[in-house]
Amino acid sequence: MRHGVGRFVTGFLALPVGLYLFYVVWPFLQAAGYSLTDWGGYSDRQQFVGLDNYLRLFSDELIRKAFWHNVFFLVTVPLFTIALALFLAFLLNVGGREDKAGIRGVFGSGLYKVIFFFPQVLSLVVIAVMWQQIYRADGQGLINGVLMKIGLVDENDPITFVYDPEPFLGVPAVLWWLLVIAVWSGAGFYMVLFSAAMQSIPKDIYEAAILDGAGRFHTFFRITLPLLRDTVSVAWVYLGFIALDMFALVYIMTPSQGGPNHASEIFASVINFNAFQRGQFGYACAIAVALAIFTILLAALQLRITRRERIEY
Amino acid sequence: MSTVTHPPAGPGQAPPSDRTPGPPAAVGGGAGAKVFNGFSHLFLAVWAIMVVYPLLWVIMSALKTDSEVIRKPLSLFPETLQWDNFARAWTEGQIGSFFLNTVLVLTGSVFLTMLLGSMAAYVLARYEFPGNRLIYYMFLSGLTLPVYLAAVPLFKGVYNMGVTLPFLGPNSYFMLILVYVAWSLAFTVFFMHSFFRTLPNAIAEAAMVDGASHSRLFFSVMLPMAKPGLISIGIFNVLGQWNQWYLPTLLMQSVADEPKKQVISQGLIELSVNQGYRSDWSGLFAGVTMAMLPVLIVYIVFQRQVQSGLTAGVSK
Repeated sequence: MRHGVGRFVTGFLALPVGLYLFYVVWPFLQAAGYSLTDWGGYSDRQQFVGLDNYLRLFSDELIRKAFWHNVFFLVTVPLFTIALALFLAFLLNVGGREDKAGIRGVFGSGLYKVIFFFPQVLSLVVIAVMWQQIYRADGQGLINGVLMKIGLVDENDPITFVYDPEPFLGVPAVLWWLLVIAVWSGAGFYMVLFSAAMQSIPKDIYEAAILDGAGRFHTFFRITLPLLRDTVSVAWVYLGFIALDMFALVYIMTPSQGGPNHASEIFASVINFNAFQRGQFGYACAIAVALAIFTILLAALQLRITRRERIEY
Repeated sequence: MSTVTHPPAGPGQAPPSDRTPGPPAAVGGGAGAKVFNGFSHLFLAVWAIMVVYPLLWVIMSALKTDSEVIRKPLSLFPETLQWDNFARAWTEGQIGSFFLNTVLVLTGSVFLTMLLGSMAAYVLARYEFPGNRLIYYMFLSGLTLPVYLAAVPLFKGVYNMGVTLPFLGPNSYFMLILVYVAWSLAFTVFFMHSFFRTLPNAIAEAAMVDGASHSRLFFSVMLPMAKPGLISIGIFNVLGQWNQWYLPTLLMQSVADEPKKQVISQGLIELSVNQGYRSDWSGLFAGVTMAMLPVLIVYIVFQRQVQSGLTAGVSK
């Protein structure tokens, strides 16, 4: 019997583990190795340079830019997405009239949930190509077109969106325009997530609160929000990962994949730029390892901050 | 809010009589509630329009002539429906072949991901053996590492494989299937692991007493019981792999005169660049529409399963 188990376990694990080792683990380990060399990527010449690449990170102007842009997305993407999603979920679930059964959701909430979820099933590429057209810097673009029609934007001076490196509130405008897309595409999903969590809160808690004279704002802030803590913190971690992964939007939408004039550079685009345009694979790998360490630290930090005793109900 | 007006009712007491009859205003906060209800609807409707309008605009622009796209970019109603935009994007823009490529790759990769992922997760969740934790954490670590880190060595590994085994080299369907599977395993194993843990032991023991082998137990008892989990992770993988763009962009580069085997997201990026040069905007809109509509239609049909599947994927 024991022998049979061993064979069974090996048989079931061999293929998945083998694939995973070859296509995922091994490349990661190699990347860590290359980060210690000066490999250019196109030649066979590789020389061990120790931690030189890592030291170079600290004096690289582009990396510094990318770092702060990553931090910008890391703060704003979760913040705006969660705030908007919570607000929408709040309206959806307690926006209806109050009656004997307590506070209700709005009429048609099912339809809203279906519609708000749309962007989630579309790929980032579809969304990016679509928003390229929405953001066009002439009368053909959806936003410029509408604003020109109602006279808010001068035809000869359209909004340039992702081509605009001018700072707005201290951050290049192009980043704000990318942020809009990220929030647009994410809010619906998190709204559905929060909405599901809200509905799993037992009704009698609300009934008791309403009986005690709590209005809907009170019930929301004193009961719903605290009980949603777990879900919100999970959402925060996920959105953190998404924020680090804004590369698709930067790659497809911005001029020269990180432009204009490096105004929308993020870690991933700097890796791409160094590896495939400058031909500095070793250095690109060092940036990637730094990003990986940054990501893991961040995930650990987020889990630490958001961990708290679970509320059972 | 007027709900406070009556004294709190003690346990067992009948509810205050003013709750049942009376005009609705007396029950639910009166005009304030109505205004708030109206405000909710307004805000929700505005957001719904902000989601739907761009999508509709893309679809409708795909049915216009090029000059109409330029003359009346904003109108949602084409003068005459130009179905040949779709024909052009399908054949000249090669959306048709990109589409078929994607379906071909996904058929293999989703099936294999589900099979291999649940096999690994099952063994890791229900059998004790040395190295169990190590392998599990190895899969878990793949969840946090960014794909860009592996990009260069991954390309090199695939390229070197292709020198000896062309069907595993760059620009091959089979290679892409295996890469998709490998990169989807981390989350699939993580998700199914927690699922298999919750399945009752009693049924497994009963089956073993009846003389089922380990693999028989898995395929005819455990896998069917894990169906809800399989559906969730299946939806997750279908969407995730359909929407993949970085891995194919990296690995599906056609060499010399080989035919292009690109997938839909690559094709779309290419279309966006090419049609931009040619100012064939209606063709571009048609391409985007064709990449978008099938997924949207499948979602609308199965929206309940998709929503619960994806949200379970995040909150588990």
